[in-house]
Amino acid sequence: MFYREAGQFKTSYKADQALFPILQDRIGIAAILLIAFVVIPAFANDFFLTSIMIPFLIFALAAIGLNVLTGYCGQLSLGTGAFMGVGAYAAYKLTSIFPDANVIVMVLVSGVFSAAIGAVFGLPSLRIKGLYLAVTTLAAQFFLEWCFIRIPWLYNYNSSGAIEVPRREMFGFIVTGAEALPITRYFVVLCITAGIAYLMANVLRGRIGRSWMMIRDMDIAAELMGVRPLQTKLMAFAVSSYICGVAGAMMVFFWLNAAEPSSYSIRLSFQILFMVILGGLGSLGGAFMGAAFIWILPVLLKFVPGALGIDIAAETVEHATFMIVGALIIFFLIVEPHGFARLWQIAKQKLRVWPFPY
Amino acid sequence: MNAFVADKALTPAEADGSGEPETLLRVDNVSLAFGGVKAITDISFDIRKGEIRAIIGPNGAGKTSMLNVINGFYHPQEGTITWRGTVRRKMKPYEAASQGIARTFQNVALFKGMTTLDNIMSGRSLKMHRNFFWQVLWRGPAEREEIEHRKKVEEIIDFLEIQAIRKTPVGRLPYGLQKRVELGRALAMEPELLLLDEPMAGMNLEEKEDMSRFIIDVNQEFGTTIALIEHDMGVVMDLSDRVVVLDYGKKIADGPPEEVQASQAVIDAYLGVSH
Repeated sequence: MFYREAGQFKTSYKADQALFPILQDRIGIAAILLIAFVVIPAFANDFFLTSIMIPFLIFALAAIGLNVLTGYCGQLSLGTGAFMGVGAYAAYKLTSIFPDANVIVMVLVSGVFSAAIGAVFGLPSLRIKGLYLAVTTLAAQFFLEWCFIRIPWLYNYNSSGAIEVPRREMFGFIVTGAEALPITRYFVVLCITAGIAYLMANVLRGRIGRSWMMIRDMDIAAELMGVRPLQTKLMAFAVSSYICGVAGAMMVFFWLNAAEPSSYSIRLSFQILFMVILGGLGSLGGAFMGAAFIWILPVLLKFVPGALGIDIAAETVEHATFMIVGALIIFFLIVEPHGFARLWQIAKQKLRVWPFPY
Repeated sequence: MNAFVADKALTPAEADGSGEPETLLRVDNVSLAFGGVKAITDISFDIRKGEIRAIIGPNGAGKTSMLNVINGFYHPQEGTITWRGTVRRKMKPYEAASQGIARTFQNVALFKGMTTLDNIMSGRSLKMHRNFFWQVLWRGPAEREEIEHRKKVEEIIDFLEIQAIRKTPVGRLPYGLQKRVELGRALAMEPELLLLDEPMAGMNLEEKEDMSRFIIDVNQEFGTTIALIEHDMGVVMDLSDRVVVLDYGKKIADGPPEEVQASQAVIDAYLGVSH
């Protein structure tokens, strides 16, 4: 009743193929964008921006990147963390080599390096599928992590072995470095994430997105329809790694300010993979929902005891959070193995027929 | 409706019925073995432009292997395949696809996570050329291309009478409709030769009648050459112009349906002989 396409007639294929063909969806997305661009900046405090919104958006972008590869093209990858690291180190090297260049451009360009490396590590995908491919991407994870530690050139021969983000300005605002205001960082991260999400939505509904899904669903038939498996898979690896690389660069430039090799460890890969699985494979909206669940929920849970006036130790809260989030992950995967995106679809279906059961 | 195969008109010789029809595909002395297992032994036959050619035979006779050889999925150890006058031994499946050979599968091989519309659109992949950067922008050329191909796909959807399931994920469709969507996907490629691997397997009588009508319509209205594998002899004998019969990887008969039906070798292969 509330969510219904009845009466919304389309007179052209253009209107039918729009990103949000249903009016209620358009209103919804406009509301989300309004909240993200106006309401949150107007009311949120620094803690909310720095600890919740900025990392949430960065992780959502990384989840979109992995979703392109795993959700849409069906190639399981455990190297996300390393590909994010490549983006971060590339951005760091680029800003040290070209100190005067615009830092946002450098962050976007750094993804290209990550894409190239992603494509190289995607080569085994022509022969290997599923879990075995995951193992070869695991090799990428460990090899690249080793590079971040053992090649001092990557971190400019720092004694600490970490990369530290230099201070950079743009239009008179400090956008990176320790002095950059959270609100400035938030806007940069929001624009990049929203922009890439929009561009990916375009790719995914067109020929290229379809060819990825063809490979995912039935690779033999895809080949007989004229899709070249190698090119298509490598493209998915490259695009996915590009997005992950940009997310990784943003992670150090707009959130952490400094990063060491362990920031991009296998732990990060798994974190992003869980976001994708929990959010829903093959759904852009799911990437945001998964990132929100894995990142925002634990942060919020930590405040629950304090808000209720219960006096317990910080580490107890920490452990309790782990347990609750873990239990919730299992719960949601049992309720709906296809993730939040599917739950949302079911909810929409229910709204469509409400107040009747079917 | 037939706008999307306008370039497949009959040649003058065929139209007035005079002269020998042109051979579209010829298989010469093809042999295929998997290790010690001989799937196909020294088989030769041809497919003429515009005909419906049936390949029949008992289970394990090598029919599907033959189709796999034709569209480049298997590479025969011996023999050649002549496609529109060009001789070749090895070919990649996507090359076969780009040269106008489309195919459906015995076990439905649709893209399960995609809608009917997307599945049929996927058949247009080879005809769409906008690169990644146009696709990213979407507005402009990429969108126009998508709409242009959508029109062709809608014609196929109308032809197959599947308008109602356009936006339904194919995984949720009943089997008969899935087979129909798969035919639509192959038709979207505007093929010159359409290989149908048991298009009517597991269908009830009504669905078989529908499918037979579609196959005849495709052949007659669009002039598409069809090679089909089918076990329902009634259907095969009614539909096809010529039949080739395989048994244990060898060709045992080849000719018009009546001739093949009367052949003692075929009767023996199907009914068995006492030794």
